[in-house]
Amino acid sequence: MLILLALLIGILYGSAVYLLLRRSIFKLILGLIFLGHATNLLIFVASGLTRGKPAFIRGVVDETLGMSDPLPQALILTAIVIGLGVTAFALTLIYRFYKVTKTVDFDELAENE
Amino acid sequence: MTLALPIILPLLFMVVLMFTRRLLVFQQTFSLIASIGLTVLSFLILQDIYQHGIMTLQPGSWKAPFGISLVADTFSAIMMLTTSFVAVIVMIYSPGFIDKERQTAGYYPLSFGLLMGVNGAFITGDIFNLYVWYEVMLTSSFVLIALGGSSEQLRGSIKYVTINFVASILFVAAIGILYGLAGTLNMADLADKMRNWEQGSYINGALMLFFIAFSVKSALVPFFFWLPASYHTPPIAITALFAGTLTKVGVYTMFRFYSLFVVFDQQFWQIFILVLAGLTMFIGVLMAASQFDIRKILSFHIISQVGYMVMGLGIFTVAGIAGAIYFTIHNMLSKTNTFLAGGLVYQRSGSYDLKYLGGLYKASPLLALLFFIPAMSLAGIPPLPGFFGKFFLIKGGFEAQQYFITAVAILTGLFTLFSMVKIWNEAYWKKEPEEVKQRDGKVHPSTLIATALLAVAVILLGVFAGPVMEVAMDAGRQMVDPQIYINAVLGR
Repeated sequence: MLILLALLIGILYGSAVYLLLRRSIFKLILGLIFLGHATNLLIFVASGLTRGKPAFIRGVVDETLGMSDPLPQALILTAIVIGLGVTAFALTLIYRFYKVTKTVDFDELAENE
Repeated sequence: MTLALPIILPLLFMVVLMFTRRLLVFQQTFSLIASIGLTVLSFLILQDIYQHGIMTLQPGSWKAPFGISLVADTFSAIMMLTTSFVAVIVMIYSPGFIDKERQTAGYYPLSFGLLMGVNGAFITGDIFNLYVWYEVMLTSSFVLIALGGSSEQLRGSIKYVTINFVASILFVAAIGILYGLAGTLNMADLADKMRNWEQGSYINGALMLFFIAFSVKSALVPFFFWLPASYHTPPIAITALFAGTLTKVGVYTMFRFYSLFVVFDQQFWQIFILVLAGLTMFIGVLMAASQFDIRKILSFHIISQVGYMVMGLGIFTVAGIAGAIYFTIHNMLSKTNTFLAGGLVYQRSGSYDLKYLGGLYKASPLLALLFFIPAMSLAGIPPLPGFFGKFFLIKGGFEAQQYFITAVAILTGLFTLFSMVKIWNEAYWKKEPEEVKQRDGKVHPSTLIATALLAVAVILLGVFAGPVMEVAMDAGRQMVDPQIYINAVLGR
């Protein structure tokens, strides 16, 4: 599971960087979204995977049973929400940009400057 | 309880302003009074900290390593005070400069959103919470920089949003790795753990990611390209607000992290930071020298000046840090002031381009004086604070025997003078170009008052360099000995 997730994170980071370097602004936004997902998974994996264990235990804690750490999930949840907000803003930004300049190509953008 | 106010009050102000967006006069007066209130509050907090030591608050009564702590030491309080003071000036300036559409489209509520994020970043004691404040601040700035939606602004904001988003992602990734390694996100607790840790040097990977994220935000050398590509696009009052508040948060966080978390391989970090600082100040100032747009010259200068602050960090002695803190205060005021003076030039002549400007000294000596004061302060001419800032830094550098970086700092000062003189010659002294009809624009009184007030503040900062430096020394002592911070938060 760990190796699978690690591979997935690598692929996501790789494709994110590839998309970020493309000329199209739309692909840039896709790249940002991928980057966000890759990082969320990274937090999830880096803080240790625990399977089938409760996060909260009422009463006496039995060390041998083990428990999963709820904090990374709270962190990821926050990061997802923030990422969603920023992505929504970025999407409206490129929509507005397209309306004003009639292009989604970075090369044309540089020529006009 | 006082410590929650710098976050809660801007939030309240933002909500009030959000609901009264169309009432222009109310927005203007309310924002001004609110920002004055924030300044008074930060001053009281600074006074309290200076007398009684570091102030902490554990919201919701969750004890330190488990809950999110709020901590303010002298450095945080100084930064909060300077930020809110800059905000007061910008709030006086804005009604006369920013057009009505932008003012009613949410400029004022967003400014307070920005202030909330900045204050939060200054006083939080938890790394993930710091990330959240960064996002609060950045999201407000994203909207502020795109506000109005001109084609130039949209171009600038796409670059700005992208690079800051990538930096934030690196920041979160570093937090994830750090949590995996250390199991805590409370800054004091983490710093305490790192000091009794055998294999703690693994932490350097995460620290490097943090460092990259913060150097993007504060525009250090290989990561500065977004700043001059975007900062000149919004109306100059917004640029001034960013220059005075936003870019300095990255610097502040870098100081905090270096002081608390650089325990292993200190030698490497010190050299690394000093090299980057030297490159930053020198490259920034060289690039400024080749520009012809006032806003772009000043934007490149922001980069160069960040180099000075980081140099103080690299020296890392009490004198070096105190010098850097004094320099930061000076820079927040003088830099904002030069931007505002640039705005006055624009109101008068309708252009920022030095090729189309000229003869302003003859036309209006007052405008010339208002630019002259902060520009000479940035260049480092004696009675003004820029001189003392550089003097303290260079003195700290010599005492720590960092001769090379000190030489670079002195050389950079010379180039700074060159580009300030360039603006002065082209815009104020040169005869006005014949082919260009000088637009005899009206300078709005509110912008004039704001710029003059800030110029007076700059002069006062120079006159009272002694007392300010004493407070900065106190902050420097707290930074160099992080045990004070750790004990204050963990309640030992």
